[in-house]
Formats: sequence, structure tokens, C-alpha cells
Amino acid sequence: MSLELKNIEKKVGLETFIYPTNLKLEKNTINVLLGSTLAGKTTLMQIMAGLDKPTAGEIWFNDQNVTGVKVQKRNVSMVYQQFINYPNYTVYENIASPLKITGVDANEIKERVGKVAELLKLSPMLDKKPNELSGGQQQRTALARALIKDSDLILLDEPLANLDFKLREELREELPKLFENRECIVVYATTEPSDALMIGGNTATILEGKIIQYGKTLDVYNNPENLTSAEVFSDPPMNIAKVNKSGDSCSLLEANTTWKTNKKIKDGNYTIGIRPHNVTVEKTSTNSVEIKGKVMISELSGSESLIHFKYGQSNWVSLSSGSHKINIGEEMKLYMNVDECLFFDQNNRLVSNG
Amino acid sequence: MNKTVNQKAWLFVIPVFVLVAFNAVVPLMTVVNYAFQETFGSNVFAWEGTRWFKQILQSDRFHAALGRQFTFTFIILLIQIPLGIGIALTMPKKGWGVPTCLILMSMPLLIPWNVVGAMWNIFALPDIGFLGHTLNSLGFDFNFTQQSGDAWFTTILMDVWHWTSLVVLLSYAGLNSIQPAYYQAAEIDGASRWDIFRYIELPKMKKVLTLAILLRFMDSFMIYTEPFVLTGGGPGNATAFLSIDLVKMALGQFDLGPAAAMSLIYFFIVLLVCWVFYSLMMKNEVKS
Repeated sequence: MSLELKNIEKKVGLETFIYPTNLKLEKNTINVLLGSTLAGKTTLMQIMAGLDKPTAGEIWFNDQNVTGVKVQKRNVSMVYQQFINYPNYTVYENIASPLKITGVDANEIKERVGKVAELLKLSPMLDKKPNELSGGQQQRTALARALIKDSDLILLDEPLANLDFKLREELREELPKLFENRECIVVYATTEPSDALMIGGNTATILEGKIIQYGKTLDVYNNPENLTSAEVFSDPPMNIAKVNKSGDSCSLLEANTTWKTNKKIKDGNYTIGIRPHNVTVEKTSTNSVEIKGKVMISELSGSESLIHFKYGQSNWVSLSSGSHKINIGEEMKLYMNVDECLFFDQNNRLVSNG
Repeated sequence: MNKTVNQKAWLFVIPVFVLVAFNAVVPLMTVVNYAFQETFGSNVFAWEGTRWFKQILQSDRFHAALGRQFTFTFIILLIQIPLGIGIALTMPKKGWGVPTCLILMSMPLLIPWNVVGAMWNIFALPDIGFLGHTLNSLGFDFNFTQQSGDAWFTTILMDVWHWTSLVVLLSYAGLNSIQPAYYQAAEIDGASRWDIFRYIELPKMKKVLTLAILLRFMDSFMIYTEPFVLTGGGPGNATAFLSIDLVKMALGQFDLGPAAAMSLIYFFIVLLVCWVFYSLMMKNEVKS
């Protein structure tokens, strides 16, 4: 089982929603589409499902060309950001609806609904209507509807975006388990890098209608092919600066900071990217370099301190554990762990990580 | 928190009280006054108790008018609600077609009621009216001024023309508030067009449809101007709906007592039907 997009392109009028894209999703994988709003995640999913036709290119499923085959004829389920359920059906009838339409025997429906409801903790509310449920329960119902038929392709379009923090955490932990013993391909669209890391599987970073990188989630996170991919997969945003390397010394062009390096890369100018949690209030590594920045905003959450500061000409973000006393507007000492710097060349391609 | 008592707040309510008193309570009380008394000239009244109410409730004339009224309302609801929903379903959802359709649809609603009556009167005249003449030349014996069936046909057609737009606009607003994801989800389930209508569109339109049915019930039950101008209640009493009959009684025959009693009964019927209807439609909503 595999789903393959071959040179898929989508244009609406003069606007290009998806630039020519190739992507192959394998059997029994969870694939995260990671990108900001309007990056093209939903369009891509609708094309995968057959809800929308690509302007050019082909979709192959199990070595069969399914381009233009309607969604009803494909074995697909989808869960949306909004909680989509039939308003005047009970939870039971909602979950059973995909089976009823295909004419499954009543006893079997009962058994399967029971199982799925158990899995999603919906058993006590099977007789209620969707609008009597909390948002989390409504979304569980929608998930149950997607899981009850043995779909080949399950699409989840930002399913947790409309839930409050606690419910989101809870459901996010359960999600990967739900797909463990299923023969299907799961696609999960999200705007949050932390979602991708928690779900695991594979990740495709997407920006403005282009897939930047696709691979194992941790690989994409640790070895972003280029600066764009690294930026898409970083929240809070990645800190970026220009450096010059000559011999065994590295220096930032905009600020007066130099450190020793044993990197085996050619001398010259590079762009470095460093994630906020590697710029901290306290020294975390022997190779940490002291830098000075002017504090602009600080956000304390108790367990973490987020500091936005001006470093040279750039706006940087620092994320440290614990609460720290921070005075806005003051110059402050911070430590940058240079071991964790990603080096990108003039074409923004990764040349060295750490 | 401590709440202080300040009776001066009542002062703010006085303007509303005065206004409502003048435009609702005082006229209504005058009618109540007439309903329990015999009215003679030069402001002389005699107490009659509930005599007029009994008389009206037992009179064949009132029963007949009431019957005609319910028949008329029932027929126009039966036509306008499904027709309105149907038209709303076929209207475009984007592009230049939207404003075009909306403007065309709201046209009939903008025309004064007596003008609608006059228009249809001329339109349906058997000799010179476009509709009447056409029907006759096609071989139908159509004359709404003499045959009661034709009078009913014309009145109903006029009301459908005048008011279906209201149902269309309300249904259209209801349909437009449904998120596209619902249609996609139904498509993925393999639902048919009918399933989509029955299980997504209709439940989502429930509130606006309740409103549409209520408005159309009240307006059609109290209809006066249009049939008055079109048929004047005729031929005979064929299209004399409650309000037309009431005006005949009050101003034509000057039977102020029975007419006042009749208007109160009329008022309570409208109130009762609306209340029953609204409670039934909203019964399921209360739970959530």
C-alpha cells in the first residue's frame, strides 16, 4: 500500500496553491504536513483524498492511477479542524453513518461502533446529540467516524487546533496509538512543530505551496536540508545570524562575538541557525559563548522563561528553563551553545549541524 | 457585592411605558371596552357581558371565515416553504449571480401591499389582463371576479409571488452559514444529495425555517390589503378572510360590539397558534 503524488500542481486562476510536488507515502506510516496557515496543507490533503483535482500531475494509489477518481469511490476518511458531525444524529448514529451508507449488517455495526466508542472513550455518551457534548468529545466523535471504516487513507486536518490546551495534549498523546494496528496511511496536518515531534513518523515541511523536505521526523528536525526547512520546524522561531569562519575561529558579523571551532568546513561566510532553547540565561555547555542582548519582551510561564532580545541588528529569542528575573530594556548576558549551531552556506543549504 | 436600592431607575422605563401605552395598550383596551358593551350613538353604552363573544363563537359566518382563513394559510405555507427552500438551494453561492438573484428576489418584498393587489387585479382581469386574457385564449374559462375557484387561485398565486422571496432569503442565509467541510464530510461518507439535504442542510436551517414559518403564518393569517384590493372578499364571500369579514362587520355594518369581540378572538387565535408552534419547534433546543 502506498500513496504517491507525481508532479502534482494546483492553480486557481493565476494563483498557484501547490507548486509541482512529488511525495511518496508508505503503508502504515503517520505523515505530518507541517507548515503555517495557507501553506497549502489543506489543498494537498484534498487532492490526496480526491475532493479536489490537481491542475497537473497524477496521484497513484497501490500502483494504480487514481487521479480524478471521486472521493466516494476511494476508501478515505477525513477529520477537520471544525468538529464536523451530523447535527441531529446521536453520537451512535454519527459513528455508524459511514457503515450504514455502505450497507453493513446491523449487528456488525453495533459491534464495531461499540469498539470504536470504547477506544475513544465515547461509550457513556452514545445517545447524546453532538451539540450536547464538549468540543473534545465532538472531535472524538468525528475521529470515531473516521476510524470506523477500514480506510486506506486517513486525513487529519489540524484536528486539535480548535481544542483547548488540556484536551489537545490529551488527544495528541492518544492519536498515534489509535493508528498502531491499522493497515492505512495517516496524514496529519498541523502548524505546530511540537505536534510533529510528539506524533513522530515522517514529516514534510511545507512553505508557500512547496514541500521543502520530507523524511523521518527527527531527521528533519535535526538535519534540516536548508534554512527554510529549519525555520518551518522551529517554534519559537529560530535565531539566525551571519558568521565568518576563518581557520579555527568563528565570528558573528553583526555583533562582537568570536569563538573557537573545530569544524571541517571551508573558510568563508555562513548563516547560522540556533534554536531558542540553545540560547539560555545560564551556561549549559562548556562550549557556550557569552553574548549580550537588549531585552525587549519577556514571557515567564513558571517552568520556562522566554526572552525576546535585540542581538546586534537581529531579533533573537532565548528559552531557558526556570523563572529568571528579567528587566525589560536592560542589557543582559546570555549563553549561546555553539555546539548546537546549524551552519548553512550561501545558498542556505545545510553544511554542518552542531 | 452590596446592591443598593434606587427607585429612580423606574424613571428610565417611563418613556417606553408611555409609548407602548399609546400604541398598544390604549387602542387594545378600547376594543376590550367595545367587546363587553352595546354601543349607541352619543357615547351611550350598555353592559352586555360575554354576549358578543358567545354570539361570534356560535355564528356560522365566523366559522366560515375562520375556515377560509385556515385553508388559505395552510395552502400558502404548503407552497411557499418548500418552494422557498427549493429556490434557495438552486441559487448560486458565489460570483455575480449572488447579488443578481438577491436583488431579483427582494423586488416583490419592496412593493407596497395595496400596489401588489392592484397589480394582480389588472394582471388577472379576464378581458384585458395579461394572465386572465392568456388563460382564456388558451381555452380556460377564467374569471376571478365571478368564479370563486378562480378568485382563490389568483389570491394564492399573488401571495406566493409576493412572499416566497422572504422564505428564499431566510433559507439562503441559513444555507450559507453551513461550513463547506460539512459537505466534504458527507461526500467522503458517500452520502447522496438527498441525505445531504435531510441530515445536514435541513437541520442547519431549522432556526431560520422556524422563523420563516412563523412570519408567514402570522402575515398570511392577518392578510387584508392584498385580497381587499384584488377581490374585495368576493365573489360573494368566497375570499372574505377573517380580517376582511371583520372590517365589513365593524365599518360596513357598524356592529361595534360583535366586531370588537371578534377581533379579540382573532388576536387570541394568532397568539395561541404562534405559541404552540414555537414551543413545538423549540422543544428540542431547550435541552442543549
